[in-house]
Amino acid sequence: MLDFPTWRKVWLWLITGLCIAAALPSLLSATSVRWPDVLPDPMVNLGLDLAGGSHILLEADAAQVATQRLENMEENVRNTMRRAEPRIRIGDVSTRDGRLSFMLDDPGQVDRARELLLPSINGTGLVREWDLAVEDGNRMILTPTSEGIDQAVGDAMESATEVVRKRIDELGTREPTIIRQGDTRIVVQVPGLQDPDQLKALLGQTAKLEFKLVDQNALPSDVQQGLAPPGSEIFAYADTSAFAGSSLAVRRLGGIRGDNLTGAQQSFDPQTNEPVVNIQFDSDGGRRFAKLTTENVGKPFAIILDDTVLSAPNINEPIRGGTAQISGGFSVETANQLAISLRSGALPVDLAVIEERTVGPDLGADSIKRGMLAMLVGSLLVIALMIASYGRFGVYATVALVINVAMLLGIMAALNTTLTLPGIAGFVLTIGAAVDANVLINERIREERKRGRRVIAAVENGYKEASRAIYDANVTNFIAGVLLFLFGSGPIRGFAVVLIIGLFTSVFTAVTLTRMWVADWLRKSKPKDIVL
Amino acid sequence: MKLLKLVPDDTNIKFLRWRIPFFAISILLIAASWALVFTKGLNYGVDFAGGLEVRATFTQSVEAPVGELREKVATLGYGDPVVQRFGEDNQVSIRVRLPDDVSADKEAAQAAANDIVETLQSDYEDFRLDGNDNVSGKVSGEFRQTALYALLAAMAAIALYIWVRFEWQFGVGALFALFHDVSLTLGMFSLFQMEFSLQIIAAILAIIGYSLNDTIVVYDRIRENLKKFRKMELPALLDLSVNETLARTVMTSVTLLVALLPLLLFGPASLFGMVAGITLGLFVGTYSSVYMAAPILVWLGVTSDSFVPTETVADQQEKKARGLV
Repeated sequence: MLDFPTWRKVWLWLITGLCIAAALPSLLSATSVRWPDVLPDPMVNLGLDLAGGSHILLEADAAQVATQRLENMEENVRNTMRRAEPRIRIGDVSTRDGRLSFMLDDPGQVDRARELLLPSINGTGLVREWDLAVEDGNRMILTPTSEGIDQAVGDAMESATEVVRKRIDELGTREPTIIRQGDTRIVVQVPGLQDPDQLKALLGQTAKLEFKLVDQNALPSDVQQGLAPPGSEIFAYADTSAFAGSSLAVRRLGGIRGDNLTGAQQSFDPQTNEPVVNIQFDSDGGRRFAKLTTENVGKPFAIILDDTVLSAPNINEPIRGGTAQISGGFSVETANQLAISLRSGALPVDLAVIEERTVGPDLGADSIKRGMLAMLVGSLLVIALMIASYGRFGVYATVALVINVAMLLGIMAALNTTLTLPGIAGFVLTIGAAVDANVLINERIREERKRGRRVIAAVENGYKEASRAIYDANVTNFIAGVLLFLFGSGPIRGFAVVLIIGLFTSVFTAVTLTRMWVADWLRKSKPKDIVL
Repeated sequence: MKLLKLVPDDTNIKFLRWRIPFFAISILLIAASWALVFTKGLNYGVDFAGGLEVRATFTQSVEAPVGELREKVATLGYGDPVVQRFGEDNQVSIRVRLPDDVSADKEAAQAAANDIVETLQSDYEDFRLDGNDNVSGKVSGEFRQTALYALLAAMAAIALYIWVRFEWQFGVGALFALFHDVSLTLGMFSLFQMEFSLQIIAAILAIIGYSLNDTIVVYDRIRENLKKFRKMELPALLDLSVNETLARTVMTSVTLLVALLPLLLFGPASLFGMVAGITLGLFVGTYSSVYMAAPILVWLGVTSDSFVPTETVADQQEKKARGLV
């Protein structure tokens, strides 16, 4: 018991020192000492429930990815067959029941058609993306494989996360956290942002921009009833547009998409002074835009954003400079949002907000202040009680307790975990466990003394006998913590992480460190009796 | 220096003598708790029920106009709102459980939240929005499910570990004590209709942790005494074990209580529910370790043979006396 070799002491102090050093930035930040920015972020992250800010959980519509993919395939099939030499004529194209089917006019071309489609069917990755079957000799059926859909959803989520990150960076908020969660979700946490509406408006926009020619042959009465002529489709005007409430028929093919943008800025139309968005195409996009406008001077073309028509101006002259202006009843704010969305690219899939939490920064700061005060008072009471009950051993216990808190903070900072409200429950539990360990040990030493054991034997037995209960209690709580982490959702996990780390620090400080101090003291002063 | 002793030395309280009435009361309380939970239900917060919650401070008022707010929000047509004081007298939490068709439609849910906030902001000049939560029915369903699974998995694993380390009777005893604690806590939350949120789950987990600590300390002593006093009657042995650990039980509970009380009295409002839950659990957990976890062993029939000691302390002393060691 008294035998504490020097190397072991050095070891213990080294661990303690390291953990406390890791905690220092977090502790000092409370007293507003700046930590140099060059060093990796060393502070314990405070969850948004403590620090204030916005938390948004976005969910992607996986079915939409599948539908979109089917539509893309349809377009791909049409283009491939049209460009084939000689051209392969197809008809009765349908995308019902989640699969694409079409008929070849000439059954003799089936093998060539299959050959041409092979690259699209196999995809670029390792998984086969489509199954191809031929029915009745000339009907080809493409069915998406589930692996292919999974991969498409995965890819879409990956780029969606990237787009979300770009858009939020444009907001200029500090240290946003954007993490993919599960198969179809993205968590966005922005500390300090109190008004999430702006954020949501920004993320709710897919920003799929299209320029399509207006079908002038469509009968207005048909269009209003939702009947599109062959080769056309119908889009409603945006709510902000002057024609809100009515619809427009546009030609399916021959339009261009806003994929090739290099820039987008909010500005004002010099004539009407209304807010507009200026966009710039890259060379490829500019060339196609120039071609479209040159070939269709005098005709109207629709500017379509996320499947609603913003405006449908006439093409007065070819637009060759690779720039264009989008108008459509914007306010300065909405125009700016659109510009940001366009700059960061279109979302490959619609994202919906399924959970949203905001905590005002005032409240968070107030919570922390009051929490700190309460904890301080609580700690002082605990210290007083421990010292009054156990004298010198109580002093050791409380010093160990303080080190425990510092170590726990330090390890949390080093592991870059986040402290949330449920985490505070874990903190309280950890402190409780540490106090309990010392109470157990000290009570046991008392008992051993009462039985007439001599000082050193009593202390030795006290530690030994109490350790069994401490060990069992900690292992059980550890098992519980691990399971909570595995099965629990966000807030429960926050609790579990603190609990697990806390079990280690509390055993280390309450058992090992106090034992070292007690051993030192016993060896140095060789007391005949101890006050306990 | 005279040190403080919360429990006098050598207590000899006959805890086990009252085991049948105490057990009967506890079983009744457990039954009553579940009856409450099933009839009155839990006051689910938006975490578990879905819907939206708006928290606000009326910066210029001494007291938030709770009744008026309830009527105002009700006229907006999103069903009956729950309006509660929250922390200070001028702080409120307004919860609206959206109808399913609105809740499923994300934009409608959004519009509802904006509608409520804007209406109140225009009606009250000193309305300061402190925060709002908006949880869709899908997410809240998942929260309920994962919380339940996590709790059940943790409890099962705890019982299993105690069975392996002690004996099956101890595993059953510990599980029963935990069940008792969780039941009574849920019953309290149902009785007082305190908001039941994810934070409360964290509190329940902390309660389980404390209660478990207590139970294991008592069990450890029982295990030790079973080896030491092989001839002693079980009730007497249990009484002895509880008495021996009583000083520790009281000391730990009081220490934690003095740490929790300041948090309860002047800690942040956002922590109140959680701290109240933990404080409640401290009492319930301590009680269950002494009055449930130990007495149940009498009925489950623990014997000293459970720990198959190859030789007892008495045997060892005898050997020593004969000079065999």
